[in-house]
Amino acid sequence: MTTSTLVRVCAVDDLVPDRGAAALVPDDGRTEQVALFRLASGEVFVVQQLDPFSGAHVMARGLVGSRLCDGVEVPTVAAPIYKQVFDLRTGACLDTADTSPTHGDGILRCWPVTIADGDVLVAVPDSGGTP
Amino acid sequence: MESKHLVVVGGGMVGHRLVEAVRARDEQGAWRVTMFADEPRRPYDRVALTSYFAAGPESLQLGDPALWEDPLVRARTRCAVTSIDLQERTVLDDTGAMTSYDELVLATGSYAAVPPIPGADLPGVFVYRTIDDVAAIRGWVEDAAQRRSGGRRATQVRGAVIGGGLLGLEAAGALQALGVQATVVQFGTHLMDAQIDLGGGMALGRLVRSRGVAVRTSTATAAMRPRRGEQRVGRLEFADGTRLDVDVVVLATGVRPRDELARAAGLAVGERGGVLVDDACRTGVPGVWAVGEVAAAAPDGGRPVGLVAPGYAMAEVVADRLLGGAATYPGADTATKLKLSGVDVASFGDAFARTPDAMEVVWADPVAGVYKKVVLADDARTLLGGVFVGDAGAYSALRPMVGAQLPGDPSAFLLPEGGGAPELELPDAATVCSCNNVSAGTIRGAVTEHDCHDLGAVKACTRAGTSCGSCLPLVKRLVGTELSRLGITVSTALCEHFALSRAQLYEAVRLSRLATFSEIIERFGTRASGRGCDICRPVLASILATTSPRHVLDGDRATLQDTNDHVMANIQKDGSYSVVPRMPGGEVTPEQLIAVGEVARDFGLYTKITGGQRVDLFGARLDQLPAIWERLVAAGLESGHAYGKALRTVKSCVGSTWCRFGVQDSVGLAVELELRYRGLRSPHKLKLGVSGCARECAEARGKDVGVIATDKGWNVYVAGNGGFTPRHAQLLAEDLDRDRLIQVIDRFLLYYVRTADKLQRTAAWLEEVEGGIDFVRDVVLEDSLGICAELDAEMDRHAATYVDEWRATLEDPEKLRNFLPFVNAPGTADPSFAYIPVRGQVRPATPEERLVAGATGVRP
Ligand code: SRM
Ligand SMILES: Cc1cc2nc3c(=O)[nH]c(=O)nc-3n(C[C@H](O)[C@H](O)[C@H](O)COP(=O)(O)OP(=O)(O)OC[C@H]3O[C@@H](n4cnc5c(N)ncnc54)[C@H](O)[C@@H]3O)c2cc1C
Ligand code: SF4
Ligand code: FES
Repeated sequence: MTTSTLVRVCAVDDLVPDRGAAALVPDDGRTEQVALFRLASGEVFVVQQLDPFSGAHVMARGLVGSRLCDGVEVPTVAAPIYKQVFDLRTGACLDTADTSPTHGDGILRCWPVTIADGDVLVAVPDSGGTP
Repeated sequence: MESKHLVVVGGGMVGHRLVEAVRARDEQGAWRVTMFADEPRRPYDRVALTSYFAAGPESLQLGDPALWEDPLVRARTRCAVTSIDLQERTVLDDTGAMTSYDELVLATGSYAAVPPIPGADLPGVFVYRTIDDVAAIRGWVEDAAQRRSGGRRATQVRGAVIGGGLLGLEAAGALQALGVQATVVQFGTHLMDAQIDLGGGMALGRLVRSRGVAVRTSTATAAMRPRRGEQRVGRLEFADGTRLDVDVVVLATGVRPRDELARAAGLAVGERGGVLVDDACRTGVPGVWAVGEVAAAAPDGGRPVGLVAPGYAMAEVVADRLLGGAATYPGADTATKLKLSGVDVASFGDAFARTPDAMEVVWADPVAGVYKKVVLADDARTLLGGVFVGDAGAYSALRPMVGAQLPGDPSAFLLPEGGGAPELELPDAATVCSCNNVSAGTIRGAVTEHDCHDLGAVKACTRAGTSCGSCLPLVKRLVGTELSRLGITVSTALCEHFALSRAQLYEAVRLSRLATFSEIIERFGTRASGRGCDICRPVLASILATTSPRHVLDGDRATLQDTNDHVMANIQKDGSYSVVPRMPGGEVTPEQLIAVGEVARDFGLYTKITGGQRVDLFGARLDQLPAIWERLVAAGLESGHAYGKALRTVKSCVGSTWCRFGVQDSVGLAVELELRYRGLRSPHKLKLGVSGCARECAEARGKDVGVIATDKGWNVYVAGNGGFTPRHAQLLAEDLDRDRLIQVIDRFLLYYVRTADKLQRTAAWLEEVEGGIDFVRDVVLEDSLGICAELDAEMDRHAATYVDEWRATLEDPEKLRNFLPFVNAPGTADPSFAYIPVRGQVRPATPEERLVAGATGVRP
């Protein structure tokens, strides 16, 4: 079983509602770029900053939105470079815009998030190395 | 199997259609085709010849050019056939080569008749038939204009068109568009006397005069004389002793079939000329056919017909016969509609009521310049024909009804705006497009059976509407009716969050005065829970920028902006940004250029001159943008909006201040326009251009708005672009002074901003505006919608309240938070970039290069 540690990234109020921001989190001994999104509803999502369809570290600059999938309102982000749309909850690509990913399987990695005392805490998996 | 050889003499519209039809049907490759054409180019759209003046020769392309790449097709342009040997089955051409054929088709068309008037051979007298003719007319008129502007008093070039038929009126319109003061000289009692009756002709005369073209009817031209001491035409003398001074003359007195080859070979010709053929287009000699204007077909009474549609029908018949079919040519439908812009004239069927006992129902409004007539059989119901002048709205619906009974009172079709005329349900067999012989049934079938769900698809599938275009309104209506029958509504919804189109949403926002996204989606959205998406959010940001202007990053406005607008720079493939300062009209001071160079050097930015006459600096990190702009703003530069769906650049040529040919200060105007419209958010990007003379070095006609200097002011062209589907801009208004010019552009731009779809540039928008350029001209010049005062005020407000986005951002710490690299590491630079040296600068490393040493995050 993998364990994880909650890392404070920023205050919720450092994030602009319905827009993204980039952050650095420790990950398996390296530092990883992540994209944080705070929705107007208060929810916060964290996904990889690397855009799987362009290889650029830009997901945080994508447009936040929503899309109805099987009757459910899904929070989304559109990749800034080639405009693929992703489900912020799962990282799944809802709309590949007819292209294939250049990095990985085209699904955004997601990090669990907790909000406590106005802070955004991201769960990063523990590993052998030191963060 | 060895292919048989088909030789086609004549590379005109009908010859082209024949080759096309043979290649489309001949799946086995039974025929190889050689076409001889004495013009120096492949077949082109002669019917659209007049658009050469407005849009150049490219606009005359006919069909798919791939036809000429077909290995079974050979086109010999600039090569005339000089004789035919019917015994040996060979043709001789003017290079001296002999070509043998299995079957021979004559498609040599007509030549323009030159009347036996003394002086008709003087330089400056032209016919109007080929691209070479119209190119020569334009050149002559331009030279004449140059001569006239050189004199003590600059005066307008004067021209006469001899012949007041369809072609003559078209030529007069073309001369007028070239700036010529034109007079039509007509021998008969009224204009277009071959097609319309006297009443219609009088109404037409008034209309044509009101467009600024002079008309002289019942006038015979006795002679054309040179100007004193010169070799070019200078004066017309009429039989009644009067005269007219002219610089240019166009003869439009009819056409004669080019049947000389056939005569010399001994083929039978008709009494009015033309090669006699039967209803299969066969001459008396086996293996020899004739089609198009050179053919005098039995079903047409052995007389040639000067229209393209019958020629196309003949070409299809011959193609069918060559491949073993038994098609016959039914004879011509001589319906005509004038293409002259702004003058509606149409006639069809038995326009002169020559059928025994025919009845005429006439409606005339001399004040409005309208004359309409339908001709009915003695049952007072069966439609035989009609004439429309001044308002041809009912033409396309009525023409296919010839021979059928009209529902209800026939006069209902003549009242203004259709006055309650019943909707016509066309029988499937009715011909809708006579140019291409497409029936209503075929159009319906394209929608229901071939899944063509818009006008473009139906046109491509059936060819309806692809020639003269006069049937398009009807085709559009048929397609619409069929689609709604199938339960298909063509959705104009913006996205899943808004059922409105962009134009509807614009009006809704403007009238409700709502100014925040949450209010707007709550009031007009499909569901309140949505937060919008990457489609509707930027669209609303753009709409709000005009309806309630604020800084792009103010309040909730910031969250709506597209990626690029949000940081006021263009994202590049590696996630870095480009920086483009505005250089209005392409003008830049040496100091500013030095400042740009220093910024580029100090930040290690790749530098290049753009296609928009300014400098682009590439490879800036997000967090570097404020520091870069701090320096640029200090040097007096401002945002160039290269990132926005907004005004980009106003391209200029150097103009009269330096250029020896310039007639106006094009740079000065370009700078003024760029400063007036900078920051204007629009459905798509906007580009303008200003040229200082007709040489057009600023390529203004490739822009959304292009302005070209004239001796008297400025001509303004609209709805051009380069890019994926290049289009030339169309003339909107002529010889405007500076104030009127700016007013016209203000109105044009804001009307576009209000009504276009998202990401629709002006050209695509104009194609969809019902009524096209004429309608838009009425809106912006005549205020036909009564909105001009509003538009004028809106643009004045825009220009007066403009603030540079970058300067305002630098002054506001709250806005600068957008540029932090990482929320939890504001001092850390994004380490993901890697660059490779190239020609003294850098470029992003490729994925492969990133794996090897040498690519670094640090720029040299
Ligand atoms: C930089 C530049 C190329 C250059 O190195 O010269 C350029 C670069 C881009 N062009 Fe362009 N275009 C540039 C001049 C042009 C021109 C030439 C001109 O303006 O005279 C054209 C054809 C003229 C026209 O627009 O009608 C042109 C037609 C396009 C099109 C096709 C538009 C169309 O209607 O089909 C696109 C795609 C689009 O906008 O959807 C495009 C899009 C782009 C984008 C925005 C693609 C993108 O989304 O990244 C490029 C952004 C580069 C950047 O970051 O600055 N660019 N682009 C030129 C910038 C001009 C400027 O100073 O603002
Ligand atoms: C300005 C203008 C507007 C018009 N508007 C309309 C309209 O609105 N509606 C309409 O129906 N019609 C219109 N027409 C008429 C229409 O263009 C003709 O009916 C049509 O082009 C006839 O086609 P064709 O192929 O028979 O002849 P053409 O198009 O004349 O082609 C014949 C070709 O054969 C070439 N040729 C001749 N002899 C030889 C030879 N010995 N060797 C090699 N080549 C030879 C000629 O140079 C020519 O290129 C218009 C014509 C003009 C000029
Ligand atoms: S032509 Fe294509 S590659 Fe070149 S700048 Fe324009 S969009 Fe980019
Ligand atoms: S009638 Fe000319 S294109 Fe249809």
